[in-house]
Amino acid sequence: MNAVVHAKAESRHLLSGNEAVARAAWEAGVRVAAAYPGTPATEILENIALYPDIYSEWSVNEKVAVEVAIGASLAGSRALAAMKHVGMNVASDAFMTQSLAGVIGGLVIVVADDVGLSSSQNEQDSRYWGRFGHMPVLEPADSQEAYEMVKQAFALSEQYEVPVIVRMTTRVCHVKAMVTVAGQRTEHAAAGFQKNPQRWVMTPANAKPRLPVMHQRERQLQALSETSDLNLSFAGSDRRIGFVTSGPAFMHVRETFPNAPVLKLGFSCPPPLEKIRAFAGQVDTLVVVEETEPLLETEIRATGLEVCGKDILPRWGELAPSVLRPAIKPLLGEPYQVPTRPQSTVFPRPPTMCASCPHLGPYFALSHIRNLNIVGDIGCYTLGAGHPWNALDTCTCMGASLSMAHGMDKGRGASDEKKSIVAVIGDSTFLHMGMQGLLNMIYNRGNVTVLLLDNRSVGMTGGQENPGTGQNLHGLPTPRVDFAKLAEALGVRPERIRMVDPYELPTMVKLVREETKMNEPSIIITNRPCSLTDRFERFRPYEVIDDQCTGCGNCIDLGCPAISVSRRETVTAKSGKSKELVFARIDANTCTGCHMCVETCAPEAIVQQPQANTIRVHPHA
Amino acid sequence: MLDGITNILVVGIGGQGVMTAAEMLARTALNQGYDVKKTEVAGMAQRGGVVSSHVRFGPKIYSPQIDPGEADLLIGFEAAEALRWLPYLRPTGGAMVNTLRLAPPVVSVGLYDYPVDPIGELAQAGIEVHAFDAGAIAAELGNAKLVNTIMLGAISDYLPFPATALRECMIEGFHAYKPKLAEINAQAFDTGREAGHIRTSS
Repeated sequence: MNAVVHAKAESRHLLSGNEAVARAAWEAGVRVAAAYPGTPATEILENIALYPDIYSEWSVNEKVAVEVAIGASLAGSRALAAMKHVGMNVASDAFMTQSLAGVIGGLVIVVADDVGLSSSQNEQDSRYWGRFGHMPVLEPADSQEAYEMVKQAFALSEQYEVPVIVRMTTRVCHVKAMVTVAGQRTEHAAAGFQKNPQRWVMTPANAKPRLPVMHQRERQLQALSETSDLNLSFAGSDRRIGFVTSGPAFMHVRETFPNAPVLKLGFSCPPPLEKIRAFAGQVDTLVVVEETEPLLETEIRATGLEVCGKDILPRWGELAPSVLRPAIKPLLGEPYQVPTRPQSTVFPRPPTMCASCPHLGPYFALSHIRNLNIVGDIGCYTLGAGHPWNALDTCTCMGASLSMAHGMDKGRGASDEKKSIVAVIGDSTFLHMGMQGLLNMIYNRGNVTVLLLDNRSVGMTGGQENPGTGQNLHGLPTPRVDFAKLAEALGVRPERIRMVDPYELPTMVKLVREETKMNEPSIIITNRPCSLTDRFERFRPYEVIDDQCTGCGNCIDLGCPAISVSRRETVTAKSGKSKELVFARIDANTCTGCHMCVETCAPEAIVQQPQANTIRVHPHA
Repeated sequence: MLDGITNILVVGIGGQGVMTAAEMLARTALNQGYDVKKTEVAGMAQRGGVVSSHVRFGPKIYSPQIDPGEADLLIGFEAAEALRWLPYLRPTGGAMVNTLRLAPPVVSVGLYDYPVDPIGELAQAGIEVHAFDAGAIAAELGNAKLVNTIMLGAISDYLPFPATALRECMIEGFHAYKPKLAEINAQAFDTGREAGHIRTSS
């Protein structure tokens, strides 16, 4: 358990932004918190779960999480929903209307933008949601501010009856920094849901009168932003450039130009335009430093002020002192030479699937079958697009595989005539947003083979629970979704629902071949757990008997990181053709004894290590 | 060190304990009264990718990232990874490197080459290099997972605070969470400390 849970008042801790948010939520008296895992936001809820006073849950998706938080708020409880930036897209249907109706218990949505795409399919600027949904946006720059602003966000939310967005980025969420924990929990008792159909039933007749209320609220928030001490001005001795900045970009500005005046916007939406105008009057040149979109820049320019921003700074990716220096120094007439050190190029080290990953079997099968269009989804199995499988053709968003595959089937073009369409999706992604795609495909007489890779975890974010694992966020048993029954209930014919052990490679290949030949929807469901979770059972490692290895290289095609090339030999066949033989070895420390590679080895050169130890012999061996 | 700020870059591969080692350095710095920031990009690090953890401490730290050319110390848990991050070192910087060579699948199948002599290349860059086989020490001590403790021991005499401060911080952590492993880790730290004294170059 994290030490900060029992932290004393006024004690100093090294906390990530996510840990700081959790601590603040607890102190603020939050009673309900919900999230769906997503980098870099995952640890917010994992840490909230450590505080027993808060009801917390993994919701099945971000929209559900926000709706859970809204319901709790209407009952009078302080509530928090957390998600990564793309989760906001999913959740937006809920908060765009709730912003109109308003809230009762403080409602805070913490969104984490993965600026620089460390583990995401796109880069988005969640600050737009504040403008779009007429909700205030607070932007912490580090852990201490995340801690303080979350607490202030709850007060703001209740005072103005508005959902408040706290916008984090990877460099706030995952940076560990000092936080002085101020106090203990302040309970905010919930009065209970007060029925008021005109307020809460958003029919057109009820919603219309809320529009002027919402816009009046926004004007009040605008005035508040002008005077808020979250919008801090730092005087500087060198007034040639004054910076307007927000979030972690502030840190880079202070680091790079310590003597420049800075207006730091912690309450950045609605923006304090009068404060900015006054600040602009004190400096020669105004430069806006913000990550990703030129949002403040555009708003400031619209007031008639002259401003520099994305004309000199990058339009995407993370900012850093090394990015600011070459962009801004020339404005000061100080040409800047980027320091370089001659460097020999080092090979790339792309992320790959793990040893005994249950996705290896399905991708071995997919990479050995021709004439497939393979429509992918979000999860570890997206790595199937990489080496050595090259067996994934698209990845767009959560749950898209089934619906996009259906569309690719219906929209078949000239080159697709003889192809089969396959959708690949994991258990948690299927339950997040994939079920609807399957339902839609059945309803509309589609023809897609679905590979549902059930590894009983949200693998990519670190093995979190979901309704398919049989456990909730707190590790307590819950009913486990029966994927076969679910598929049948959605309309897949029982004959076309195939359960398979993904380690049984011949069966895996045979099933994919069979099902892709069918002219109706079918679903193949795998049943091995993620090898990084506690559900995975480790067995005695295997080794290659070098004398028996013929150098065929079949086991290398599996893509298991425990298997590597020991040597290569070029031989000349009787036909005169030369052929490269690839001999393999298995790293005993990495191998977990899953036996998948044994099935690729005709000469039976792969055997389980003989020495007796506490690890059991694999039952299949 | 400039402005009293120390920048330490810890690099390696997912699963090697890079982030834990960085956390120990950060906690010790915090205990010593410094302002501290630690950051890493490790969203997919569990899948065998590159992990780099930046630890910065001093009187006041703003930006969490270490800029290229500004690391005082580079701790490399793998030889090629140390070479990859060389441009982040100051000309006056030093590197503590585990000589382990861990080739990813793209190298194993022949798409790329592993550098012939990464330690030699580091040495030629004119920086102070200390390199040793931390894995061999860990194997002697009977636990492969001791590598990160050995690396911490190795670097402990090149920090702006006493080696014992880092050692105590680490041991305290073990006593709190995994008391059975405290003694073997203390031993690993001390053995690593000895190994770190052997200078490879410059």
